[in-house]
Amino acid sequence: MSINSPQTLAQKIIAKASGKQHVVPGEIVTCQLDLVLMHDSSGPRRVKSRLEDLGAKVFDPSKIVLVSDHFVPATDPESAEILALTRRWAQDNLVNHFYDMQGICHVMLPQQGHLKPGMFLVGGDSHSPTGGAFATFMVGIGATEMTGALATGEIWIKVPETIRINWSGELPDGCSAKDIMLFLCKKLGMNNNYKVMEFGGETVRAMSMFERMVLCNMSAELGGKTGIIEADETTTEWIKSTGQAVDIDALDWQSDNKAKYEAVYHFNASDLVPQVAAPHSPENTDNVDVFSDVTVHQAYIGACTGAKLSDLHMAARVLKGQKVAQGTRLLIAPASVKTTEMAAKDGTLSLLTEAGAIMLPTGCGACAGMGAGAIANGENCISSTSRNFKGRMGSPDSNVYLASPYTVAASAIAGKIADPRLFLTNQP
Amino acid sequence: MNSKKIIGNAWVYGDNIDTDILAPGPYMKASLAELAAHCMEAIDTSFACQVKKGDIVIAGDAFGIGSSREQAAQALVELGVAAVVAKSFARIFYRNSLNLGLPVLFCPDIENVDKGDEIEVNPETGVVTNHTKQQTFQCEPIPPELMTIVNAGGLMPYLKSKFAKENKSG
Repeated sequence: MSINSPQTLAQKIIAKASGKQHVVPGEIVTCQLDLVLMHDSSGPRRVKSRLEDLGAKVFDPSKIVLVSDHFVPATDPESAEILALTRRWAQDNLVNHFYDMQGICHVMLPQQGHLKPGMFLVGGDSHSPTGGAFATFMVGIGATEMTGALATGEIWIKVPETIRINWSGELPDGCSAKDIMLFLCKKLGMNNNYKVMEFGGETVRAMSMFERMVLCNMSAELGGKTGIIEADETTTEWIKSTGQAVDIDALDWQSDNKAKYEAVYHFNASDLVPQVAAPHSPENTDNVDVFSDVTVHQAYIGACTGAKLSDLHMAARVLKGQKVAQGTRLLIAPASVKTTEMAAKDGTLSLLTEAGAIMLPTGCGACAGMGAGAIANGENCISSTSRNFKGRMGSPDSNVYLASPYTVAASAIAGKIADPRLFLTNQP
Repeated sequence: MNSKKIIGNAWVYGDNIDTDILAPGPYMKASLAELAAHCMEAIDTSFACQVKKGDIVIAGDAFGIGSSREQAAQALVELGVAAVVAKSFARIFYRNSLNLGLPVLFCPDIENVDKGDEIEVNPETGVVTNHTKQQTFQCEPIPPELMTIVNAGGLMPYLKSKFAKENKSG
């Protein structure tokens, strides 16, 4: 392959990070890390003793973002100790970008302006692909590998093939990026291992950054190495809004016109109806009406996938003037403290609570089987989160259904899984 | 090169054995030993208490899909599992396993294995033999670059000796 042959966006970022002009899929290269993201569960508690064992220091404290989001707020002495250790480690290692109980790591990273097109990053969490919405290449890694990354500032990677997923047409009202991803989990399955899922087309271009983040976030559920979206004005406007400068080359982070994809898919968004994934896999997805007999004990709006400001807005549009059904509980854990603040300012919070929603602390919470909101044997929960594996939100014999915030809110009102299009208002 | 044979009895599972099955969220605060005692319990309560040191897990597609939690692979190591052979693996689980020194092999063609079959695995050649059924499968070998990490016992021992060498030479 010639040095000038066209490359995908992922290839271009990997080439830059590995100091090469050009990389080809299958090649193993070593990449320098622009940023490392860690949280309290897979972070200091797992890497501290390993780093000490190696006699190594972190490669560059200014390139580390640490977030406490899994064990927050502490619910018992064990989680309190984990958080105390996390705070001490941040201090001892001079990590200034430490967001303690401020929000979920995948939301904090863009909220605080850490992501810029062309960056190569790793995160100690499987939903790290979320960062790809900002035309970055970001992959998840485990704790031992994190130790190596922190000690050396680099990581080996096998250059992946890219799958291009184009969406055209307008998303119908009541459908969202979450419905797109549940649809794709069914359509493409969860075994797109080692592939980069590149999202594009007019539907994606029209999406807000929040919605683009959902596409990349749930690339993890497609089994992909990561998700990625080319930079455009929506990307740079977001960066400006965080107070960060936009790099001159920001909009250059695009796939080449004739880049070689392993596969290219085309879907029409205007054909989509609200989607629901049945237990115990995101690929068990079907149209919402298939599940209209399912009783809902708990409706949950939370996590990196489904509790950003845009998600709370969707819920509020459904819940306005309605009440949560008898026998059903609606729990909402906003994705960041700033999300709660914004929702309070624009009136969203009062629409949610007037409908009977119970507000929970910010954090990964029940989505990760932690914190408040666990479900009992035989209970059904409909959730705006991304995974419904057996036992994920509590008892091994509980059932989690995945859906958009619209559908979760509608189901909370009906007490059964319900089509949100029946309840949509124009608010807020 | 470490050429010790990996021979053990098979535990056979299907597709999509996820990280919540391997390392259930509610036990993530607990010690590794306690977490490992709940490994697989959502689908097989006998596994954690009956698996023996040296046993081999055989599975279908997307083994280890889900979370980045390294404990999913660590629980298997803790219980003595010597290797995992699956049709395919989730990528973070794959990297985590090699980083912990646990050989994991892609074997798209593996079939006809029953619980308890005697299995031999050679991670360097990719040959997997079912001695009970007298069948042999050619799997994808672990690439030599990564085999050096596995043979060192995982990324930590590997980095330790690498750093020691660098300190000596420089």
